[in-house]
Amino acid sequence: MPTALLTIAALCRREILKFVRDRSRVAGVLVQPLAFWLLLGLGFQGAFQMPNSPVGAVGYVEFLFPGILALVLLFTAIFSTISIVEERASGFLQTVLIAPTSRTAIVLGNALGGTLLASVQALLFVAVWPWVGPGLTVGGVLYVTAICLGVGIGFTALGSAIAWRTDTTRGFHAIMNLFLLPLWFLSSAMFPLDSAAPGLRELMYANPVSYAVSGLRHGLYPDPPAVLADPALCMAITWGFAAVMVGIAVWSVHRPLYQTA
Amino acid sequence: MSVPAIHVDNVSLRYNNAQQALQHVHLSVPQGALFGLLGPNGSGKTSLFRILATLVTPTKGIAKVFGASTETEAAAVRQRIGVVFQSPALDDTLTIRENLAFQGALYGLHGAALRARIDTVLQHVDLTDRAHDAVDTLSGGLARRADLARGLLHQPDLLLLDEPTAGLDPMARRSFWETVSTLQATEGTTMVVATHLMDEAERCDAVAILSEGELVVEGQPATLRAALGDEMLWLATDAPHDLARDVNARFGGTVHAFDQGVQLLHDDATQLVSALYTAFGDRIQSATVRPPTLEDVFMAHAGTRLDADRASLAPAYSA
Repeated sequence: MPTALLTIAALCRREILKFVRDRSRVAGVLVQPLAFWLLLGLGFQGAFQMPNSPVGAVGYVEFLFPGILALVLLFTAIFSTISIVEERASGFLQTVLIAPTSRTAIVLGNALGGTLLASVQALLFVAVWPWVGPGLTVGGVLYVTAICLGVGIGFTALGSAIAWRTDTTRGFHAIMNLFLLPLWFLSSAMFPLDSAAPGLRELMYANPVSYAVSGLRHGLYPDPPAVLADPALCMAITWGFAAVMVGIAVWSVHRPLYQTA
Repeated sequence: MSVPAIHVDNVSLRYNNAQQALQHVHLSVPQGALFGLLGPNGSGKTSLFRILATLVTPTKGIAKVFGASTETEAAAVRQRIGVVFQSPALDDTLTIRENLAFQGALYGLHGAALRARIDTVLQHVDLTDRAHDAVDTLSGGLARRADLARGLLHQPDLLLLDEPTAGLDPMARRSFWETVSTLQATEGTTMVVATHLMDEAERCDAVAILSEGELVVEGQPATLRAALGDEMLWLATDAPHDLARDVNARFGGTVHAFDQGVQLLHDDATQLVSALYTAFGDRIQSATVRPPTLEDVFMAHAGTRLDADRASLAPAYSA
């Protein structure tokens, strides 16, 4: 078997082993998004009115659900790469870098591990959907899975690229929160495009996460509310973003670890 | 004659924070040797290892491993080297065996061949019965041995060990070194050990001494010690610099001043003691005559103590 494939499989396996051995992470998987969803959802339930639709057609608990899925994906994917910051300081990452294996495989292995964790977590959450919305179809679940994988790869790759250049986990947290929360707020996860102020709408159209959230809505509904684009475009933008991020991560991992004069 | 395991030709390295890490280093290590790189923290040992491990390219000069350039033929170099870094390179949450399997995959090992090789290295480092324990449950000494097993897994021809016994107690250090010696004999691996510990350097076939990024002297430990003469003299004093200057002016020889005293290299150190006391008795707290150690070699050539930080360079007063 080629070394690159073995490398990808080994990194991916390690990511999953690390996850299942960390009980606090396993516990946080379902509890955290569930709490976030219910608290926000029930909190705004009475104050929310879906634009251009009859009162009570889509409640806020239901509206927020795809957004929470996206939140799970974004955070799990990005923060699975935080270990890169720690491992760069220890000998672990150096060991990986001096092995005669492809650096692209290193990026892909890391990304795939984080992506699988994020996607499984999101799909477990999707199992709740029949009690909230119109129910699931096989095609819908497959489509949601494809969106989950695309978002996962895009954001693990983004995380890797940033972790590669960050010296402390505190710095990594700071940079990530700078990126992640605005991307999520402006993705129509919390409020629909139609109810946003004009200036925000352009930002929402420019935000790649908007198309992931719309994509999730497409997978969950036969006729989804509050989507920015059709299913094909959502899928294309999600995976296009993933490809660009993988490119950036591969480029940054090929740069030397130590800067010399 | 076979190509040397390591050939370093006029290598300089400067990081972009303007720190000059290495200057004009020349070094050659023959195949099969147990070679020591001796120097205090900050002397450039780790930087030289980074170059040999293909993690950084020299600003000037060329480094070759088994004839392959670390810069232009990094892939060939990576196939043949193993490194035990100063900081541990194992994943704490995984077991020893899982760590080794991970390492094997990076080198294209898999299946039965990988399992067999893992069994072999675990036997080498005497960790077979701990194979399924998570690394974070191991003592420091065992974790280092597991890290050594990791470095050896792919049967490298050259193993670089950067301060491998840092943080270990004397017993664990001895056991680690016994393992290293056995491995050198059984696997025929060329080993280069960076250390600031004298007794570790003494175990090596040859050592190179680094100070402030420069290679100051190189040779077999016994030869280097012999070059200082049979005996050397240490004087304890409150004002080493003044005393060193005055001793040199009066008696010649090579005199170095350090924080705690004065090192005197002289053909006839023993005979000199009474003359020294006659001349400077009020300034000498005690005098010691002893055969030179590698530490003395280091101090004589580098003008500083091995355990000193790079700031405290002592001036030499030489006849």
